[in-house]
Amino acid sequence: MNWLTNFVRPKIKALVGGEAKLAAPDNLWVKCPNCEQMLFHRDLEANLQVCSFCNHHLRIGPETRLKLLFDDGEFEKHALSKAVVDPLKFKDRKRYADRLKETQAKQGEGDALWVASGRMGGKPAVAAVFDFNFMGGSMGIAVGEGIVMGARLAVEKRCPFIVFPASGGARMQEGILSLMQMPRTTVAVQDVKEAGLPYIVVLTDPTTGGVTASFAMLGDIAIAEPGAVIGFAGQRVIQDTIREALPDGFQRAEYLLDHGIIDMVVHRHQLRDTLMRIMALLGEGRPLPNLPAVSANANAGVQRLAGAMRVK
Amino acid sequence: MTAFLDFEQPIAELEGKILELRHMSEGKDVNIAEEVSRLEVKVEKLLKQTYGKLSAWQKVQVARHPNRPHCLDYIGKLIAEFTPLAGDRGFAEDAAIVGGLGRFRGTSVMVIGQEKGHDTETRIKHNFGMAKPEGYRKAQRLMHLADRFNLPVITLVDTAGAYPGVGAEERGQAEAIARSIDTCLGLHVPLISVIIGEGGSGGAVALAAANRVLMLEHSVYSVISPEGCASILWRSPEQSKEAAEALKLTADDLLELGVIDTIVPEPLGGAHRDTAVAVSAVGDAIEKELAALRPLAGEELRRTRREKFLAMGQVGLA
Repeated sequence: MNWLTNFVRPKIKALVGGEAKLAAPDNLWVKCPNCEQMLFHRDLEANLQVCSFCNHHLRIGPETRLKLLFDDGEFEKHALSKAVVDPLKFKDRKRYADRLKETQAKQGEGDALWVASGRMGGKPAVAAVFDFNFMGGSMGIAVGEGIVMGARLAVEKRCPFIVFPASGGARMQEGILSLMQMPRTTVAVQDVKEAGLPYIVVLTDPTTGGVTASFAMLGDIAIAEPGAVIGFAGQRVIQDTIREALPDGFQRAEYLLDHGIIDMVVHRHQLRDTLMRIMALLGEGRPLPNLPAVSANANAGVQRLAGAMRVK
Repeated sequence: MTAFLDFEQPIAELEGKILELRHMSEGKDVNIAEEVSRLEVKVEKLLKQTYGKLSAWQKVQVARHPNRPHCLDYIGKLIAEFTPLAGDRGFAEDAAIVGGLGRFRGTSVMVIGQEKGHDTETRIKHNFGMAKPEGYRKAQRLMHLADRFNLPVITLVDTAGAYPGVGAEERGQAEAIARSIDTCLGLHVPLISVIIGEGGSGGAVALAAANRVLMLEHSVYSVISPEGCASILWRSPEQSKEAAEALKLTADDLLELGVIDTIVPEPLGGAHRDTAVAVSAVGDAIEKELAALRPLAGEELRRTRREKFLAMGQVGLA
């Protein structure tokens, strides 16, 4: 709420005669990218951004995702730690530093990952969610740092770590250092597993490249949203290599399920319940591990938590 | 016959002249020694000049040079009693990745690497060094085997990238690479990687999450090929030169960024000009690293490797 919505809009409404006439269709109606039906925004929201005609799962941003995930939609968002900015001084047609700044200003976020903690069914959980709208959800140093932070938080809180990738892959403007985030994030999720905690990946549309080929394919449990494109190589690259048409449904969640790459495809309506059930079942088989006393990492955690923001 | 790269044309011309002189003087009583040695000095000078300041794009070309020693050249000369091991036990044998047991300068080791092939037949056999999931799964299997028998692992990286194909995707290319990285990072034995040619993206790092990463002087190691980067960011593959520079993919760049540990010098004019020298230089470098790593306990090897990769990208952080 700001001056525009509180003051200007009512004035305009009064002038032009109420909400009905003001209704801009492009704001209130969303065209389903799959079946092209017009969907009323409130219905779409109530249906968790799933098309009520064709069941297409529309892409959702980290905030919506986290609200849907945690009890009462409440979570703490943890600010990403400072990362090296533009280590290569990369410039294509534009300087990467400028591109990044513009995106940060436009998205109001530091980088392409949200790390949050909250409760699911009363039990603590840490989640990391990619923002595909932030440079295609690409993974550079800051995103890698976020995965490391999320994994550490989960270990400190002795709770499951859930990651929702949505990414075009490595951020090539950070060159080899973006590639190095693959082993880096792999170490991070190994730590979660070694602490005896569940590491669950929910693959969302789209997840490709270096993100898929590292932490995203290492989940104890691999879940995908219906219809999500998930793969290593891009479809155009594959087509250029083999020079024939790709099979129907290639690289879609259901296709991966059929080929044994993931455990299940779960409708967004059932996702939270499924996650809670899995975490409860896994947790019962194994009592909480004896973790080393929280020591050196504790301070770092506290500092990070201090920067947390409460989102309701 | 040596294949010359476009920027090597002046060198090719001089060497052509030398050949011609030798050919012409054959069986004749002409003293060409002086002229030949004059030309040879010139060639050497030109090689020093050219190879002393190769651009990033030129290094890409050298790294892909068809005569550059490949994985099997190294194995052939450095690994005695090489005993190749095949198959992922689940689906297939993938010759893009070769691997097996052998003796490196007296020490029993596991060696794994991508092989590109050197002629049409072998290139097809090895799929140009582009591995499929079964290749990466074979690599994992061999790494686990080495771990069980406490054998050091040496990986030789030379690939344009993992193979982008329908079958590869269906069989979980991404998972195979991820699990390969996971396996590298879990080993309790020394893991030494050498980037001997092209270090192409995920397909390369799958074998290179190592205690020590060595790189030949003119090898390249990158998140994406310059051509791929140019076509995405510049929207034109013609900008590959610019992309190669911007990506910072040379050995010097990577040493500075803390991604590799050692640069192995190449013979004058690149490894392809003197395979024997290049191979033995790599052997010496591996021997040195191995000597430093072998006394360390397994847990220590694993911990330090993990710490190193956990810090990747934090260099210079305020």
